[in-house]
Amino acid sequence: MANQPVDQGKRRFLIAATTAVGGVAAAAVAVPFISSMLPSARARAAGAPVEVDVSKIEPGAMVTVEWRGKPVWVVNLTDDMAKTLSGHDENLTDPKLEVTSQQPEYCKNPTRSIRPNLMVMEGVCTHLGCSPSPKLQPGGDMGGDWQGGFFCPCHGSKFDLAGRVFKGSPAPTNLVVPPHKYLSDAILLIGEHSEGAA
Amino acid sequence: MMKNVEKCMAGTLAWVDKRFPLTANIKAHLTEYYAPKNFNFWYFFGSLALLVLVLQIVTGIFLTMHYKPDANLAFGSVEYIMRDVSWGWLIRYMHSTGASMFFVVVYLHMFRGLIYGSYRAPRELIWLFGVGIFLVLMGEAFFGYLLPWGQMSYWGAQVIINLFTSIPFIGPDVSEWLRGDYVVSDATLNRFFAFHVIALPLVLLALVVAHLIALHEVGSNNPDGIEIKEKKDPKTHIPLDGIPFHPYYTVKDIVGVSVFLIVFSAILFFAPEMGGYFLEANNFIPADPLQTPAHIAPVWYFTPYYSILRAVPPIFNSQFPGVAAMGLSVVIFALLPWLDRSPVKSIRYRGALYKKWLALFVISFIVLGYLGTKPSNVWGVFDASTWIVGGVDRATVVARIFTLTYFLFFILMPWYTKKDKTKPVPERVTV
Repeated sequence: MANQPVDQGKRRFLIAATTAVGGVAAAAVAVPFISSMLPSARARAAGAPVEVDVSKIEPGAMVTVEWRGKPVWVVNLTDDMAKTLSGHDENLTDPKLEVTSQQPEYCKNPTRSIRPNLMVMEGVCTHLGCSPSPKLQPGGDMGGDWQGGFFCPCHGSKFDLAGRVFKGSPAPTNLVVPPHKYLSDAILLIGEHSEGAA
Repeated sequence: MMKNVEKCMAGTLAWVDKRFPLTANIKAHLTEYYAPKNFNFWYFFGSLALLVLVLQIVTGIFLTMHYKPDANLAFGSVEYIMRDVSWGWLIRYMHSTGASMFFVVVYLHMFRGLIYGSYRAPRELIWLFGVGIFLVLMGEAFFGYLLPWGQMSYWGAQVIINLFTSIPFIGPDVSEWLRGDYVVSDATLNRFFAFHVIALPLVLLALVVAHLIALHEVGSNNPDGIEIKEKKDPKTHIPLDGIPFHPYYTVKDIVGVSVFLIVFSAILFFAPEMGGYFLEANNFIPADPLQTPAHIAPVWYFTPYYSILRAVPPIFNSQFPGVAAMGLSVVIFALLPWLDRSPVKSIRYRGALYKKWLALFVISFIVLGYLGTKPSNVWGVFDASTWIVGGVDRATVVARIFTLTYFLFFILMPWYTKKDKTKPVPERVTV
């Protein structure tokens, strides 16, 4: 037995087989550990929809509600504010809403909303996730050309009142319009899609 | 009496040495580790980094005795440490000042490596372990900064985690996995605490040990960039230009430690917030997920990289190039051993070309660092009529120029180090 030469082929095979089996086992054990870092069942459940009574929002005013821990803005536009949403397409990065992930299909319209005067959007900058500041009125500290919209203090991205990003901003896309629907004239539900949509 | 004590000590040591190589290790790493005799000021920062590491670990252990990693309790528990825990303010300020001083010391330590070519063969692995230490240190600083759960903690973490969102295809899933939630939340705080107090410190300690083992294997470089092992005493085999680390450099390092502790204490007792550079004012406001502070900026030691992130414009509607440039600006240090083609190591024997590029790099680093602390419109906007840059923030244009210079220092290095007119290197170290 001791005098037999070492079978190198058999030795290499055993080393390879042990390594492969051990590697598979290690990879399998890594799955539960990596998965444990995903949002937990409680975090997923906390993403439940929230209701907003839009009849209490004055024209020209904005409310911020929390959905999935993110700020969601609901803006009730005055007629003057609504007029600012047209005629500046050439200054916008994505006026035709070609990045479809940024709004549900039922909001792919000139005002990015279900009702033309009620804007619903996540107040989270598409650049790096800061919350832009509402600068709803024209002019002010934003300068004479400003027609009203949102300004991100972190890196200077600018959006119009429908959350469309202006060219030259670091933010690559428009603000996200979350899934939402109206349960009645007054009650808006954020977190569920309108009927007929996925 | 004394004789008996000595005999007893020697006996104990002999007993230990038979079972654990204590004396052999002390010899190999201290009393018979021969370091070049011409170390200067720049050689204080390695031992100082070790000192700050110990300081951070000790103060960190005592902070965890009172800190609560819970989104509802974290901010209050830090204020509790500051106000109610006996000497809690001192321990916390030691830890927060220690974080900034860690980067001061490490940046100076890295600069030493740069000017004396300490990364060159045969010390490439020492340098790579060092780059690893630097990366883990950045991770430690980032994870630790979330723990007080102030406004800057929260929004800083939000911005950095969102950097991962820009990775093509898998980005959004990666950032959700990192957060453990759809936004930065209690889940994020809890795991950052785990990374900060256990995972990364273990990796850091392992890397420091590897850094030192590799260093003691090949021996230290020196301000002349000469290999002292090439000239040994034929009888003793001790390098002619080497002196034992202990007692010569332990005593020298004590002087460095004393001066460092004077500076450290002055900051600790008189300016622990350092005018908002070490601890930012907005971080004394509890985290509010619905309200971003008017101006957010990272702590000073991250600002050069943050400037690079901001300077690179989005390409094809993607911010990934900026994120990639920022990542590259840190990782690119790892390539230095292979980018440098100069026949000499030390700046003492390099020519004017290398010195010019090094100066440009240092200026870029400082200007980018300064701009990173300021909003991008700090210097106003170029006139709309200006050629090419009309309507762009002045600071952004400056940051772009210096970002380019920063990278050119590395990219052009094989060319200018080869072309540079070097001076002859002496046979033995100069003192």
